[in-house]
Amino acid sequence: MASLPPLRSGEGSGWGQYPASPGERVRMDAAYYLIQILNGVQYGFLLFLVASGLTLIFGIMGIVNLAHGAFYMVGAYLAFWLDSVTGSFTLALLIGVPVSVGLGLAIERFGFTHLYRRDHLYQVLFTFGLILVIGELRSILWGNDVYGVDVPPLLAGSIPLTETQSYPIYRLFISLACLATAAGLTGLIRYTKLGMMIRAGASNREMVQVLGLDVNRLFMVVFGIGVGLAAFAGMIAAPVNSVHPGMGDEILIISFVVVVIGGVGSIKGAFFGAMLIGLADTFGAVFLPEAAGVVVYALMALVLVWRPRGLFAGG
Amino acid sequence: MQHQKLALPLLFAALAVGIALFPLVGDTFYIRLVAKIVVLGILAMSLDLLVGYTGLISLGHAAFSGTAGYVAAALINKAGILDLPTLLAASLTASGLVALVIGWISVRTTGIYFIMITLALGQMVFFFFHDVSFWGGADGVNLADKPAVAVGETVLLDLSVRINFYYTALACLVLVYLLLTMVLHAPFGQVLRGIRINEARTKALGHDVQRYKLACFVISGLIAGLAGFLEVVRGGFISPAHVNWHESAMVLIVVILGGMGTLVGPVVGAFALVLLEDYVADLTDHWKLVIGLFVIGVVLFLPDGLIGPLAKGGKRRLCLFRRPKETPRESIGDA
Amino acid sequence: MRETILETRNLSRTFGGLRAVAGASLAFEKGVVHAVLGPNGAGKTTLINLLSGDLPPSEGMILFKGQDVTHMPVHKRVHLGIGRSYQKTNIFPELTCLDNCWLGAQARLPGWLNLMRPARGYPAVRDRAERALVLCGLDHRADAVAATLSHGEMRQLEIGMMLATEPDLLLLDEPLAGMGVEESWRVIDLLKRLGSDHTMILIEHDMDAVFSIAQRITVMVNGTVLETGSVEEIRSSPAVREAYLGEEHAA
Repeated sequence: MASLPPLRSGEGSGWGQYPASPGERVRMDAAYYLIQILNGVQYGFLLFLVASGLTLIFGIMGIVNLAHGAFYMVGAYLAFWLDSVTGSFTLALLIGVPVSVGLGLAIERFGFTHLYRRDHLYQVLFTFGLILVIGELRSILWGNDVYGVDVPPLLAGSIPLTETQSYPIYRLFISLACLATAAGLTGLIRYTKLGMMIRAGASNREMVQVLGLDVNRLFMVVFGIGVGLAAFAGMIAAPVNSVHPGMGDEILIISFVVVVIGGVGSIKGAFFGAMLIGLADTFGAVFLPEAAGVVVYALMALVLVWRPRGLFAGG
Repeated sequence: MQHQKLALPLLFAALAVGIALFPLVGDTFYIRLVAKIVVLGILAMSLDLLVGYTGLISLGHAAFSGTAGYVAAALINKAGILDLPTLLAASLTASGLVALVIGWISVRTTGIYFIMITLALGQMVFFFFHDVSFWGGADGVNLADKPAVAVGETVLLDLSVRINFYYTALACLVLVYLLLTMVLHAPFGQVLRGIRINEARTKALGHDVQRYKLACFVISGLIAGLAGFLEVVRGGFISPAHVNWHESAMVLIVVILGGMGTLVGPVVGAFALVLLEDYVADLTDHWKLVIGLFVIGVVLFLPDGLIGPLAKGGKRRLCLFRRPKETPRESIGDA
Repeated sequence: MRETILETRNLSRTFGGLRAVAGASLAFEKGVVHAVLGPNGAGKTTLINLLSGDLPPSEGMILFKGQDVTHMPVHKRVHLGIGRSYQKTNIFPELTCLDNCWLGAQARLPGWLNLMRPARGYPAVRDRAERALVLCGLDHRADAVAATLSHGEMRQLEIGMMLATEPDLLLLDEPLAGMGVEESWRVIDLLKRLGSDHTMILIEHDMDAVFSIAQRITVMVNGTVLETGSVEEIRSSPAVREAYLGEEHAA
């Protein structure tokens, strides 16, 4: 059947590895914990970007989009390729995001439109097919190797925390970028007309249609936003998280967990879920390396037993 | 009306007879391929019980078959147990337990949540087998030997002989088909159907739907365990890839491709997909691209599956194109 | 004085800040057709949902045949003898009428893991299903696929499915919903027949139907019970008139 490239696990998904070389003895002092917290928060922010896109698509369009992780991967590979072609990470971002969004919109127009009224089952299978197609196209275009993207020189330094330890500026940049995006997203949803339609669509899809609002356009925009968020996240994460074939799947499952914990359709839930998972995964890797992968799922199972529709369902 | 009800069982009978007679005419390569198809057919039927008959869209099905396979492999390789009944009992117990736990957590949810949580829980099982070194790690393990049924010194059935395995698998296929047919025609199956069509009303008519869903999960998990056991014996190998959600998704494709809710459809789907994969893999390294496009094509153009027309199109269509009752509950903001 | 089959004590249900049903204390007598009236938003459907178990109460108690069923789930209440039909037709469209009634008829089967004998081999279940069809007037349509029925026939089936569980108490949520005058008479007839030997709690907007079927009426306004009495008492009650006419003036 389907063979799978090796997945990384037990490493906290490759985030915030400290120390850099295994076997090095670590002093678990305050600076160490601060770094872990910063890493956990940064991971959480990134997860939030991806998960909020996913939850918007779920909540407003009502579709299960398994290909969301693939767009994250597309973003990362585009970042790698455009950066190596143009030499500028900024340019890569400016070109890459619109290209990814364009790809997403094309898929929405030609594929998803037929699936809105169908059972979730068909959306699941359709998006799974997309994963295979996008994955293989990536393989054709860029092969199956693992790539790295250099941190842009402007942000390449570190901020000293103590005499011996420092924290990379770029990671702080990621957190800030995510925060800014989140603020922008919240602003969009709260203060614009489009945002009003989004909120209306989230609480009652049918009513929006009955009121004559152009649901097709709304869906297109929402899908574009969702894909854009995933691709953007993939791009800015590329310098710290290597660009590799399995990255789409990894982020997909984790994003699902975040959305499930937070509650489908809830941005607030996505934020809390992302932070919770980000910190849990990072500290899980520190304290329970063998069981790191399982911590996140155990958490999800616990939340769902208590609240079957997530923590903030309906918000 | 009567002849329509016979069409599907007749098709299955024809397939079974065809499979039984095939070794007389087929060459070794294709006999092995058909054996693979038969085992996949069993797995797909078990998923059809969940998806096609009860409406539970599970994306974690590979967790059950994979668990059974791993348990069998561990017992054979590490404990040297080769007694078929023992191995089978252990594997099925393991997969049944996993199904019980995953089912218990999952049936508390519905709709999108259900799909996502089965996916996530299935992946949890994947990580378990991938990370815990006892199970052989990312590369998987080879089976040291194949099981057999022996009484004292006399070997009654040795599964390392390919043709023995072939007919054992076929026997299992037929048995599973008969078992599921029986269950689905029984009052139990009637409730499952009610759950699929209108769960709320089924509950309002006096049935504890949670219990039925959980039981359905366990039955499905046991049969998937059988398939998983057979698969590891057939291939002599198991790896985390067998437990990955991509595998679950592919089994789902097989069910839809053939025609869900028919039992025989998934078997037909197994034939179609394995043959297609075999053909395409010979043509190109990027066979996944073709399969992906194929999956998209099936979803868009062939939602009833290959035997859709045979399964009385009208009856199925009503359900496939309408979102089931869950939609109002899923609308965000509803009380 | 007939015996009380269903009793609510200070029953309330709140949604966030909204008190959909507040402090309803009612007694329903066995063998009586009891209608619940009130303007839109009065809390009637919420009340029925509380009684059937589709909604858990925020406060209060429900006693059925003397047993506390306040927190009992829907499917268990069915076994005690409570049946419910829905305002929005809630059938199994792709099944025949007989099959629609089958699940309800099967509810009385002992045990739940009946995995072996084919369902069709339970004559008692078949009898119950067929009887339900006869009762709701659809026996001539037993093999018709439910989706092909007319709206009125679907409302009949809606009731028939409930009847298959052989309930002692029938909860009917707007059985005449969406029906034109032509179709209504058949269902009204059905309700009259049922009323003669079943206990019924009925929500309905069609006043003529209510007055011809019901024996007792409860009027609700804004979630509270305004008044309960016989048909004559309610018809001549100034408070009720105020509630309704007051609404009309406002509208």
